[in-house]
Parts: sequence; C-alpha cells; structure tokens
Amino acid sequence: MVEIGHFALVLAFALSLVQSVVPLFGARTGNERLMAVGGPVAVTGFALTALSFMALATSYLQSDFSVANVWENSHSLQPMLYKFTGTWGNHEGSMLLWVLILTFFGALVAAFGANLPATLRANVLAVQGWIGAAFFLFILTTSNPFTRLIPAPIEGRDLNPILQDIGLAIHPPLLYLGYVGFSVCFSFAVAALIDGKIDAAWARWVRPWTLAAWVFLTGGIAMGSYWAYYELGWGGFWFWDPVENASFMPWLAGTALLHSAIVMEKRSALKIWTLLLAILTFSLSLLGTFLVRSGVLTSVHAFATDPSRGIFILCILTLFIGGALALFALRAGSLTAGGIFQPISREGSLVLNNLFLTTAAATVLIGTLYPLLLEAMTGDKISVGAPFFNLTFGALMVPVLLLVPFGPLLAWKRGDIFAAAQRLMVAFGGALLAVLVTVLFIDKTAVFTALGIGMAVWLVLGALTDLALKSGIGNVPLKTAISRFVGLPGSVFGTAIAHFGLGLTLLGIVSAVSFESERILTMRPGDTTEVGGRVVRFDGLHPFQGPNFTEDRGRFVLVGPDGKDKLEVISSKRFFPARRMPTTEAGIKTLGFSQLYVSLGDEQADGTVVVRMWWKPLVTLIWFGGLVMMVGGTVSLTDRRLRVGAPARRAARPADKTRPVTS
Amino acid sequence: MTRKQKRLSVIGVGAAFLIAATALTFYALGQKASYFFMPADLQTVTLQPGQRIRLGGLVEKGSIIRGQGTQVSFSVTDHEKSVKVTYTGILPDLFREDQGVITEGSFGADGVFVADSVLAKHDENYMPKEVADGLKAKGVWQEN
Repeated sequence: MVEIGHFALVLAFALSLVQSVVPLFGARTGNERLMAVGGPVAVTGFALTALSFMALATSYLQSDFSVANVWENSHSLQPMLYKFTGTWGNHEGSMLLWVLILTFFGALVAAFGANLPATLRANVLAVQGWIGAAFFLFILTTSNPFTRLIPAPIEGRDLNPILQDIGLAIHPPLLYLGYVGFSVCFSFAVAALIDGKIDAAWARWVRPWTLAAWVFLTGGIAMGSYWAYYELGWGGFWFWDPVENASFMPWLAGTALLHSAIVMEKRSALKIWTLLLAILTFSLSLLGTFLVRSGVLTSVHAFATDPSRGIFILCILTLFIGGALALFALRAGSLTAGGIFQPISREGSLVLNNLFLTTAAATVLIGTLYPLLLEAMTGDKISVGAPFFNLTFGALMVPVLLLVPFGPLLAWKRGDIFAAAQRLMVAFGGALLAVLVTVLFIDKTAVFTALGIGMAVWLVLGALTDLALKSGIGNVPLKTAISRFVGLPGSVFGTAIAHFGLGLTLLGIVSAVSFESERILTMRPGDTTEVGGRVVRFDGLHPFQGPNFTEDRGRFVLVGPDGKDKLEVISSKRFFPARRMPTTEAGIKTLGFSQLYVSLGDEQADGTVVVRMWWKPLVTLIWFGGLVMMVGGTVSLTDRRLRVGAPARRAARPADKTRPVTS
Repeated sequence: MTRKQKRLSVIGVGAAFLIAATALTFYALGQKASYFFMPADLQTVTLQPGQRIRLGGLVEKGSIIRGQGTQVSFSVTDHEKSVKVTYTGILPDLFREDQGVITEGSFGADGVFVADSVLAKHDENYMPKEVADGLKAKGVWQEN
C-alpha cells in the first residue's frame, strides 16, 4: 500500500512537469490541443496525490509501524481520530497535505474554468504546475513520508501529546486551504503577466478565489488561536509568535486583495496593484510555509529540523517570489493602467484600506524577520513580541477600523463624506454611549478600554446601518423595506456581516484583555476562592486512566450566589508514557460569551496544588467574530455577479429602477 | 488639478504615510524588542533599571525552591555564572532540572531576576535554540 502511495506521488510529480510545460507551450504557439492538455492533467494529478495521501492515511489508521513516519508519530492505543489526524501531524505528512490541497485547487480551476479564455486557463494551470512540481520535488527528495523501517518496531512513539486533539483535525486543513488557496490568485496574476493583458474575465475570476481562500484562512487562524488558548493552558489567545505571524501576514495581504479586487471588478481601476497584491499574498503564504517548515523557528509547528529542507524551501521561495516580481517589473509597464478617481469615493476608501492593511502586513513582516536577520548579521539575539506589535500594528489599526463603516456608505466615483457621516450618527451615538457607560459604570480609569469598546460598537452598528440604509428602513414603508432587504445582493450582506464580525472580535479582544481577572494560588481540597466575582471550590485530584495516557483530574465547582453547586469544571494534568511527556488540559466552562478558565499546576509537598484561574468576560466573541467573518465571506461568494458567465444583474431585473444605489 | 498632479499627490500622500509607518516601526523596534542573554553575558552589558530582557540557560540542579505558595525560585546557569530567578505562577509542563529554559522579565533592585513568563517547551527533545547556541559557544553543550 505504502509503495503504491510513493509511486502515485512520483507519477503526480511527473504529471506536474507536463502541466508546467505543455499548456504554456500551447498558449505561446496557439495550439489548442496542447492548451487543452492542462485540464485533464491537473485533475489526474489531484487524483494521484489523493491516492498517495490515502495510502499514508491508511497506514496510519492500521498503525503500520513498518513505515518510519507512522512509527515516529503514532501509537496503536491512540483513538482512531488521532490516528487519522496524525497523518498530517508531522513534517512529511503535512507537506503531503499541502500538495494535496494545491492539486485540489488546480483541479478546481480545471473543472470550473471552462468559460475562461483558453490561453488564460492554460497559463494558470501551467503556473499551478510549477508550484506543484517544486513542492513534489521537495517532498520526494527531502521529506518522503513513505520510507520503510525494517524490521518493523512493535509499538510506535506516539503523536506529540499537544497535537492529540480535535484541533489537529480542523486547524491545519483550514489553514492550508487558505494559504494554498491564494496560489490560484498568484497563478492568475502570473498568467496575466505572461499573457501581457488583464481582461474582464481575469478581474471576475480573482475575487471569488480570493474570497474562498480568505474564508478558509480566517477559519484556520481563528481555530489555531482557540486551540492554543485551550491547549497550552496559559490562557492567552494570541502571542505574536512568529508562526502566528506567518499565517497572519497572508491574511492581512489577502484582506487587502479582497478589497482591491472589488475596485478592479467594479471600476477596472487598480489593476496593476491588485495583480501585485495577488503575487505578494501568496508570497507571504510561501514565506509562512518556509518559516514554519524549515526549522528556523522552534515551535510546536516545527516537527523536525533538517537544514537541507530549509535551504530547499528557501530556494523555492526565492525562485517563485523573485521570478514573479521580476516578471511583474518586466511586464507591468505594458499593462493598461486603470483610471484615476476622486479621493472621497468608495474606491478611495478601499485604497485607504489597502494602504493601511499592506503597511500593517509590512510591520508584522519586519517584526517577524528582523530578529532572524539581526542574528544572522550581528549574532545579537532579540525577541520582538507583543509590546512591539501592539504599538505598531495597533497604531495602524485604529484609523482603519474607524474608517470601516464609512467605506460601504460612500458612492463609487464621487462620494459625499458629510452625507455618510450624517447617516452614521446613530452608530456614532451608540459608540459614544458605550464609551460613557464603560467609563462611568465599569472603570473610571480605563479610558483606552472604553475607547476600544466604543470602536467595536461603532463597527457593529456601522455594519447594521449599512444594511438598514440600503434596504431603506425608515424611509420607505416597512413592507418595501423588507422586500428590498431580502433582495440585497450577497456582496452587500457579505460586507456587512464580515464587518459586524470584525466588531465582535474587537469587542472580545478588548473585553478579555481589559476586564479579565486572574488568580494564582495554592488550594487544598475543600478550599474556595473568588475570581471575577464568582466563587469556585476545589474538590481534589482524582486519578484517571486514558487510552494512551494517565491523568490527574482536578475537580472544581462553580458555586452559585445561593451557595449551591452550579457547574463542574475538570482541569487535569496528563502524562503520556510513550513520550514521557506531561500536558496540561485546562478546564474551561463557557457562561454566555464569557469563560471560566482553570489551569492546574504541580502538587506541592504539603498536599496543596498550584491553581491558576481566570474569569474572561466575552472572550469567546474573539473566535465567534472570526466565524461571523467566515459567514460574511461565504455569503459574499453566493453573489450571482461572481458566477462567471451569469447574466448581468441589471438585465435580469429590469423593474429595479426604484432601488437606491446599492453597490 | 490635472491628472498628473492628482497622481503625484496620491503618490506623495502614500510616501509620507509609508515614511511615518517606517519611523514608527523602527522606533518601536528600538524600544520594545527584548534582548536575549545567558547569565555570563550579563557581566559585559549594562541594563537600564527595569529593562525587559530574556534570560536563558539551564535550570541549575538542586536550585528549584517551591513551597512558598505560588512563588517558585530557581537558578538559571550556563555553567559559568548563574542567576537567581523568581516566578509566580504555573511552570510549564516540561520545566525540569538541567533542562534548557528561557525566562522573560527584568531584574529587581535586589539583583534577583523577576520573570513574568517562563517559556514552555512543546516536546521532550526541544532545547530553545538560543540556549543551545549559547551553550555551544561556551563549549559546554552536551549532545544527548
């Protein structure tokens, strides 16, 4: 089985070489039959990669320890789910997942690209082929997951206990769907540069792919953040760790791309900039892959350090980013630039959004790479952490968040900032009220917190205002307003929902950071303590035997105001004998949007236990907001305008003249 | 304004913005980055009072003192010098004697390093890279 997987991977590599050359050559020479080769080859390549992946997954599910990779990362007693997710819980397997998703997107382009211009389609598939070829070669030469181990050991060495969690089933696939999804935008951009023209089809195609990748990346980051929050037991949700930044940079650039693609689609302006952004976004994805996979950073994500891998990925990185940017420099001048427009207009606001988001991505990039560069050059070791990012990234985010509600209210071409401001009075009033309530009733000294909460409310109400105005609530009879509301295009809903989600995330962050209460203490069974106004009792430690671990479970009880037991919280310390490694399983109880978080420390000689407890008000909004953003992106994807070849909206709805301008 | 003037003004505003952002970034890097030191390195540098640094090394054998409630103290050593560290909270799961550790915090007036975070390690083989490099440079690195 494993040999079949290896063989399929070699075949997939060979096909990716065909896909790299033949369609491109066909497009250059105008040979339609050669161009048409790209589609079937891409689909077959995906099928072979899937076969290869299934072969590896099967040996994981069967605990076939004659495969070195399975032996290193699995154990026969592990639950089935972790046996399966262990397939990508290691360097080799995760790279296989990477190319699986890459070929999946290639196959999608082949499947849905029937109405693309033939040369564009051929070129896009060829560029996908290049990326595929590079990474297949990487896997086959430096990271082969199919190496046999003879004689086969009886028992495996177990998956890293930190990774034995449902999070491994969700976070990496989502994150890769996002990371690698941007490869399609990259391929489109490079194909346009090869072709030397950006036509209407190009513009219509880039946005849905960006949206899809962005939705997945948002989910991947949010899930990764929640996983780290509950698994590591430190109670934090974001550490500005280089591996987190590695996923956050493509997200920032992708968000900018999402917005500039709107301008390109609507006004056929910003074409060259959008093209550059598409290249940069995937470049940052590649950089992220390099940072995480090469071993230059030590973290839970760097499974094994092998210098040859780092150098190989660095070569891929240089080749693709350098090549694409060189092509851009060479060709961008010959592309027709879009028109120029008034600064105060929808497109003006989107340019501002792009300016801030790309600068923010650049600061994160500097903060992430500077320590690596400084060490390489001077040997000084520094760490750039939260204080740096809070100052720079925070300073850049404040103005852009303030401007978010204005954007959708400005008209294309020439907007009226005063009219928009007038329409936002309600949202502004709400935000002001939130600031006052926070300062007067919660904490008189917390001015920044109050402003943060006001800003979150501003975003939330601003998104609602947008929907209310566009459906005419208050201006037209309710019935008309409702029918207009239902008829609003998906992109309008998508924008409002995503901005609403952004507001929720901000509210969660501000509230969790400013209002959390923390308690570190030693407790004896029967002791009670108070955290964030809630009384918690410790009932003692009880041993428990898991499938491949032993566990000390600490039982905590949240006591209600009436003195009765209300909720049980189990926080435990596990020990995994196969790796001789302990882990902390935090006890978390969600109450409304807030959480009680209990982390267990060591048992002391006198029988007491160190306990760290947090009350985190509204903390779940951080990730819930991310989920809402994903919903927004998905709703926006359903907009019929994005379906290539769909008839223009105006033609489909001739009776729509009374509607206000909605887009 | 003509088309050209407009374009120039857009570029001008963009450039000014970028310069401001760059200035902010480098100011922040100077102020907010924390340097990594091994105990012996501390003899050669002068730190501002309260300056945040990251201190790395091995947890000295027999130096861990618990039982002061939630406070733990231990020494970080590079086999040349050692520095006493106090920390309040729960130590990472893989905090052990003779293991590599990175602590972050600042020196108190009494010369004791007050750490507010102790770097958690994610698997049993992991030695913080900074510590491994530092020990190799001092020639006391042991391959296990």
